[in-house]
Amino acid sequence: MSEITIAARNAKGEVTVSRAPYFPRKKKTITGRSIAVLVFLALCALFFCIPLYVVVVTSFKTMDQIREGAMFSLPYVWTLEAWDHAWNSACSGINCNGLKVGFWSSVSILIPSLILSIGISMITGYALALWNVRWAGAFLFILFICAFVPFQIIMFPLISMTAALKVYGSIWGVALVHAVLAMPVLTLIFRNYYKDIPQEIMSAAVMDSGSFWRIFTEIILPMSGNILIVVLIMQITSIWNDYLIGVTFGGPGSQPMTVNLANLITISTGVTRYNDNMAAALLTAIPPLVIYFFVGKLFVQGITAGAIKG
Amino acid sequence: MPRVSFEHITKTYGQVQVLDDLNLAIDDGDFLVLLGPSGCGKTTLLNLLAGLLDVTDGRIMIGDRDVTDVDPKDRGLAMVFQSYALYPTKTVHGNLKFGLAASKLPREEIEKRIAWAAKLLQIEPLLNRKPANLSGGQRQRVAIGRALVKNVGVFLFDEPLSNLDAKLRTEMRLEIKKLHDTLKHTIVYVTHDQIEAMTMATKIAVMNGGVIQQFGTPDDIYERPANLFVASFIGSPGMNLRPAKLAVGGGKVEAVFPSGVRFDVSDYNFVAPPKDGEDVIAGLRPEHFLVGAGDGAATFDIPVQYAERTGPDASAYFNFENELLALRVDPDIAARLKPGEHATVRYLRGKANLFDARSGQRM
Repeated sequence: MSEITIAARNAKGEVTVSRAPYFPRKKKTITGRSIAVLVFLALCALFFCIPLYVVVVTSFKTMDQIREGAMFSLPYVWTLEAWDHAWNSACSGINCNGLKVGFWSSVSILIPSLILSIGISMITGYALALWNVRWAGAFLFILFICAFVPFQIIMFPLISMTAALKVYGSIWGVALVHAVLAMPVLTLIFRNYYKDIPQEIMSAAVMDSGSFWRIFTEIILPMSGNILIVVLIMQITSIWNDYLIGVTFGGPGSQPMTVNLANLITISTGVTRYNDNMAAALLTAIPPLVIYFFVGKLFVQGITAGAIKG
Repeated sequence: MPRVSFEHITKTYGQVQVLDDLNLAIDDGDFLVLLGPSGCGKTTLLNLLAGLLDVTDGRIMIGDRDVTDVDPKDRGLAMVFQSYALYPTKTVHGNLKFGLAASKLPREEIEKRIAWAAKLLQIEPLLNRKPANLSGGQRQRVAIGRALVKNVGVFLFDEPLSNLDAKLRTEMRLEIKKLHDTLKHTIVYVTHDQIEAMTMATKIAVMNGGVIQQFGTPDDIYERPANLFVASFIGSPGMNLRPAKLAVGGGKVEAVFPSGVRFDVSDYNFVAPPKDGEDVIAGLRPEHFLVGAGDGAATFDIPVQYAERTGPDASAYFNFENELLALRVDPDIAARLKPGEHATVRYLRGKANLFDARSGQRM
């Protein structure tokens, strides 16, 4: 606490000076506490960065240098040989066509999975939030419970169900399982987002058109941009990174890149080609990263955007 | 333009009964204002008519059609909402078009109607803008335009002016009134603002607690309130309501206030013959007082409490039987009234309202 002088003119025109206490703003200083926080955060960052560093440098080394054993050293010669090999001609099992096979089958799994999972849960969320659905509360509760059921528990029943539907072992089987498993969480997300749409807009639309699909496509869908980007990124990441669904439900030729990668690394004969393995792992990890780089900003906007203002 | 009627409408939310056996008929071309305090059921009634809520029991007729179970879009109604409810991702043109495109009209007809409404409401320069780039008044016009293009007989307004500032509200009020005079639609308008009700309506239904307290022309409602609720709800400053006892005798009927002031009500139109000694509530409008002695139904000699001026008008508050008595006075007279001083005021003949003290009904 300190004092400040206040000058003022009184009624007679004389200047009077009075003193008043004031409370200066606290200056930011480096304290023991902030150092501790910084150290902790730095350690956390290193925890991720060091293995990543090793993976990246190893992928650019030759096998000769790797055999020397100096894990942290930079490559003597930077070479893309391992990347080329991993992409084009690494063997998984008897196929020696590299990771590119897995990449394209991942892409062809990703697109129908995205459309199916987002489409179904978007429309379910729209119906639950904006229309009078009988037992909507109970349905939401069941969805909520389903969100906590581990996939492994229902894996076997799902296999026989997809087999009965004659989609087991195909891209559609994988897409269907992705859609079903993502539905609880995505439906809740969409439903909560649509709940914020003012009731009067819905009333106006009902009086104007009254058609469930027309209102959805013309009014609601154009208002969903923010949440679509969030869900899109979530889904792309989780579908791309998935291994278990792909290995279980995808047949030969419809197994995603992650399965391809695992085979490539575990089933190779002879010497373990670390540089190939590292390059292959990086190649698999790149697509979601690229998505993040391009739409990351929109992602943050989408998460923070709350209600829709008219 | 059709006639709208509510027949024995009941609406309950779970255990709560909002409307009970409500009957109301709106004539062709009428401008009906549903007026009442918050929670009186007026918006519920409007939503029932719009079809946004389902009636629990009863029947709603539009023209000769029973629309009780008809879909909102097929009822032949258009509605303007309090928050405008414009579609945020559509342009003004798209907003006007959406309801028409859904009705599968030919394109030329749609464009013709949009052009007509845009011209009528002077929103032609705004047709390509999004609602976010419009001011409150412009949004309001677009919302009205969206209702107009549908070319239906009945318009519903749900407190459409409550989000506007005072100046715009007056402007839009006149505009809506003008639209009604030109187009002669049947309008049902919900508001809690008595000025809007008094200025625009051809008929007012005053509601309280889910019951229609009085249904009549604005003059009826103001001059001859049916009960104490209507009397106290309409008017600002409100009607002075004071208990008194009737004294019948000598060819005169008088209301005697506790302090002994006698109020001549011989010329009052009693529904039933007045009885001597009956307890009544006298309702005295502030503007029916005059300052100064002279002929009147009653003369009061009472102290001034304070006077306040609101631009062209002034209100003076007197102390009568230890409660405030509100008077509307000329601003220059108000300037001469000094707090604490006594003044003589009189009440005009033939302007008093009398209510039964027990039932609250007009006598």
